[in-house]
Amino acid sequence: MPKTVFEPSIKSRPTYGVLEHRPGTAHLMVADAEGAQALLDLAHSAPPTLWTQAMIVYIPGRSGQQFTQALANLSPSQLHISPSYAAAQPRLHKILQTAHAGLQIYLAGTESLMGQAQAAAMAVGVPHRAVQMEHRGSLARRVQCVHCKGITENVTTDPFECSHCGLNLFVRDHYSRRIAAFQGVNIDAEDPGQVPPAVERFT
Amino acid sequence: MSMSHNKIPVTVAEVVTLNPLIKRFRFVRRDGASLPAFSGGAHVVVEMDDHGTRRMNPYSLMSAPSDTTGYEISVRRDDVGRGGSLYLHQHVKVGDDLVISAPVNLFGLDLQAKKHLMLAGGIGITPFIAQMALLSAMAGRFELHYAARNPGLAAYADDLRARYGDRVQLYYDDQDQKIALAPLLAGQPLGTHLYVCGPKGMIDWVRRTATDMGWPQQCVHYEEFLAPPTGKPFQVELAASQKTITVGPDQSLLEAIEAAGVDAPYLCRGGACGQCETDVVSCDGHIQHHDHWLSDEEKATGHKIMPCVSRFEGRSLVLDR
Repeated sequence: MPKTVFEPSIKSRPTYGVLEHRPGTAHLMVADAEGAQALLDLAHSAPPTLWTQAMIVYIPGRSGQQFTQALANLSPSQLHISPSYAAAQPRLHKILQTAHAGLQIYLAGTESLMGQAQAAAMAVGVPHRAVQMEHRGSLARRVQCVHCKGITENVTTDPFECSHCGLNLFVRDHYSRRIAAFQGVNIDAEDPGQVPPAVERFT
Repeated sequence: MSMSHNKIPVTVAEVVTLNPLIKRFRFVRRDGASLPAFSGGAHVVVEMDDHGTRRMNPYSLMSAPSDTTGYEISVRRDDVGRGGSLYLHQHVKVGDDLVISAPVNLFGLDLQAKKHLMLAGGIGITPFIAQMALLSAMAGRFELHYAARNPGLAAYADDLRARYGDRVQLYYDDQDQKIALAPLLAGQPLGTHLYVCGPKGMIDWVRRTATDMGWPQQCVHYEEFLAPPTGKPFQVELAASQKTITVGPDQSLLEAIEAAGVDAPYLCRGGACGQCETDVVSCDGHIQHHDHWLSDEEKATGHKIMPCVSRFEGRSLVLDR
């Protein structure tokens, strides 16, 4: 059973499973914050040989420092700790561009992290359904303003103010896999200033 | 859904004997107009009136998808089959009129792939010829590995070598050459899609090896048309049409339904596409499932049947048709 249960919604809203070991010639794991726990749980069921072929890219953020030693104890062939997804991106792209077919991809943690890593895999021709994802930790969303196209990270309230153009945006469940973001739509377009109070929905 | 609006009357414009087993046929529209464009991997169903028996066999289109002046198919003669290929080989000649279906593609290229790796066995080469023409025109990255019994039976091998150079690799059984599958798969870049068309044993081998090596199922494409197997005659009740029909030993259930004047859906007529899936109302006996469509669980429940290739043995079978 997945640790995070999402309310049923429109088809566009991504859903996530539970990581499972699959045969492969190499294994790439990308996780942030509490996503480390999904990798540690995978270690209970996966054969120890998995880790000798595994590259882990881990972004601890504010809540994940406690897991870095446990990940190191798995003795993966590579463990790269990165301060942010943006900082990890060049390495991740290099891995994906030089990898061979047979690479298994495991993503765990926040939707922002998993969505962006999945889009990077799709860009090198990996079908989106071939990427395993398990949600753990924060429900904060990565949202694109449909008006200015700017993306705001870590959105926890609905509505919220676009960090680029300043419009008040209603957060939809409508999701783009290509840009790994939910859609934010101006909530007071017809009655400027009539903005409902922000509710903490994505914590 | 009726398929009759998708039919195209054609004339045979050319028949070429390629080797002792394979002939190529070119069809043009009887009214001289252009044929519909198609995508590499598509097939047409060729209808034949074999001395009173209606035969409808699927064949992959192998002409260039950009050529709408005619369609070409290559047919391998099957001496022990039900007779469709034999009929084409022995009776169909230039100037004859035939009816074909509009093209249907169940074996299309996934153009999100970074590279296309194609594995052909024998006559399974035909869809790849059209696909390579397409990829070559759009500068797509591809590689073909083509296995045949011997050089004499490797239709189009020389031609493809000449056109595509070492992107085409040939393997001959009589020279003990075999595709080194595991190293071949291991060396492919991430984002490669794999396509296999050939005998059942080859398809099973390729799919199993790819799965064991971590290839996602979405990256592994295969096409195998089954000829409807022959068997003992049996009776079937068609509940919706209120008819009882007898399926002959050389006839498929779908053919018998059509012969009774009942319009049933179909596309591939080879157990692959799922279009003819039919609900079973009741079954007292054993359904012989021969298709690639239904899952093992669906086959076990006996609630559905694919009349294009599957048969029945037992006391009574009632279908919702």
